[in-house]
Amino acid sequence: MTTAMGTAPLDRPPVRSRVSPVTAFRQGLILAWRNLVKLKISPAQIFVAAIQPMVLTLLFVFMFGGAIQGNRHDYLQFVLPGIIVQSMTLLTASVGTGLATDLNTGIFDRFRSMPIGRSAPLVGAILGDLVRHVISFVLVLGFGMALGFRITTDPLSTLAALALIMVFSFAMCWVSVVLGLLLKTPEAMSSIGIFALLPLTFGNNTLVATDTLPGWLQAWVKINPVTHTTDAVRALLAPKGAESAASPAIYTLLASAAILVVVVPIALRLFLRRK
Amino acid sequence: MEYAIQVEDLTKRFSDTQALAGVDFTVRPGTVLGLLGPNGSGKTTTVRILATLLKADSGRARICGYDVATEAHEVRSLLGVTGQYAAVDEKLTGMHNLVLVGRLLGLSKSAARRRSDELLERFGLTDSAGKLAGSYSGGMRRRLDLAASLVGQPSVLCLDEPTTGLDPRSRSAVWETVRGLVADGLTVLLTTQYLEEADQLADDLVVIDHGKVIAQGTADQLKAKVGGQTVEVRPADPQLLDDTLRLVTEVIGNGAPSVEGGLITAATQDPSVLPALVRRLDDAGIAVTGLALRQASLDEVFLTLTGGSDEEKRTVA
Repeated sequence: MTTAMGTAPLDRPPVRSRVSPVTAFRQGLILAWRNLVKLKISPAQIFVAAIQPMVLTLLFVFMFGGAIQGNRHDYLQFVLPGIIVQSMTLLTASVGTGLATDLNTGIFDRFRSMPIGRSAPLVGAILGDLVRHVISFVLVLGFGMALGFRITTDPLSTLAALALIMVFSFAMCWVSVVLGLLLKTPEAMSSIGIFALLPLTFGNNTLVATDTLPGWLQAWVKINPVTHTTDAVRALLAPKGAESAASPAIYTLLASAAILVVVVPIALRLFLRRK
Repeated sequence: MEYAIQVEDLTKRFSDTQALAGVDFTVRPGTVLGLLGPNGSGKTTTVRILATLLKADSGRARICGYDVATEAHEVRSLLGVTGQYAAVDEKLTGMHNLVLVGRLLGLSKSAARRRSDELLERFGLTDSAGKLAGSYSGGMRRRLDLAASLVGQPSVLCLDEPTTGLDPRSRSAVWETVRGLVADGLTVLLTTQYLEEADQLADDLVVIDHGKVIAQGTADQLKAKVGGQTVEVRPADPQLLDDTLRLVTEVIGNGAPSVEGGLITAATQDPSVLPALVRRLDDAGIAVTGLALRQASLDEVFLTLTGGSDEEKRTVA
């Protein structure tokens, strides 16, 4: 066959019938790079994402801190881990939004017509987003510390808190992917999608202790994995007494596993179907 | 002989539209097939099935012998696709777009970069390589999209309406590029609504309408097949247009004459109508400023084949 382009011949790899999982993962990383390059081009994105939790922290601590806990510093110690978890959960919506955007521009048609792993674009979108989560975690925690938040544990526990949040975010990213694939447009995603996440992100113990809530709401808050993640992160960053992070952390891990088992097959099915 | 593209009895139904109702055609290696049809005729559906983006309800399609349904991965590594809407990432630079594709196809960083440089150069985008694709003009975006389809050196290229919405200069630039690619040995499937484009580029034509192939052959074969020839008459006095039209209808019979801007056009199979027409016009005392017999244009072929003006009734598939 004649070489196309008449330029230096490219060694085209032999025609294969499938992609190995390792290659597919590598392709996922390359597609994650695509998301990160955008972040590099417009770094403002990440600050915009971090501003909301920062403003919330200021608002809650200075407006309600005195009323709710009687002491601003104590309330900051209580609320910041929750705000971090809450904002990271909300941040997962951006995977779905990004996906919905891509679906409308034809770029995914390009990926899907290329000989690459079928799920690589999804893996890439999620991995790229998780990097933003780490940056956002550092920014919000740093902001909290500037306001007076103190990590009363050790660096290892702090890393464990980050790791736990990342596991939960990873699971929630797949939920967001399903929402994005179902809602199909970035507009729908940023209204309906975020609305769908509200029970998770606000029906929890981020702002106030669970026992102050009415019974029916307590029931939901106790099931909501965000509550348990928040408990675990509180215990890992700034425990009030001797509470252990173990049981809420295990709950978070099991909940994340359960979410993944249910949602990943749905996401892949939605993404891979050829209409 | 192994065909580069082989399509057999493809059908595809969307909820309320039969997008494809049994399409057959073949493309020989190294040639350009023009897939011609009005909006909603099934061109894009055909391309999407070949590109493994869509599953046909029935029938088969093969690219270089590989089945698009059961050997999709092989097909993807042999096929380049440039869709109707440029599939580039607007938030990345032109260079990054091409490097991304190269890296995904397994090229090393430096090889992907070299390949991108070559393609940017070839498509006249070197100066804009570092700019975001979102800032590109429509023509530049199409060229970038085409370049992205070529990173993997495909053997077969599907171009879905590659010049729709482009200005004439960008259009002829795309034509030049396609000619170059064919000269390099690529097989091209080109869908278009522009007859001129098909006439310019395609070796063979397939005309589809309502998801069915209604004619195929070379441009000349199609022109000869439909009506063969066209008679044009322009009366000197526009007042006499109706009389002239009546006269033309009498002479030519079922040539379905049409009038546009004072010019009467009618299709005919019989070259001897011209002298007859001259005599009748002379008898009636109608002076003409134009009288000609010429081969039908591809546009007339197209309109005759697709029944002309019912385009609005269709839903786009």
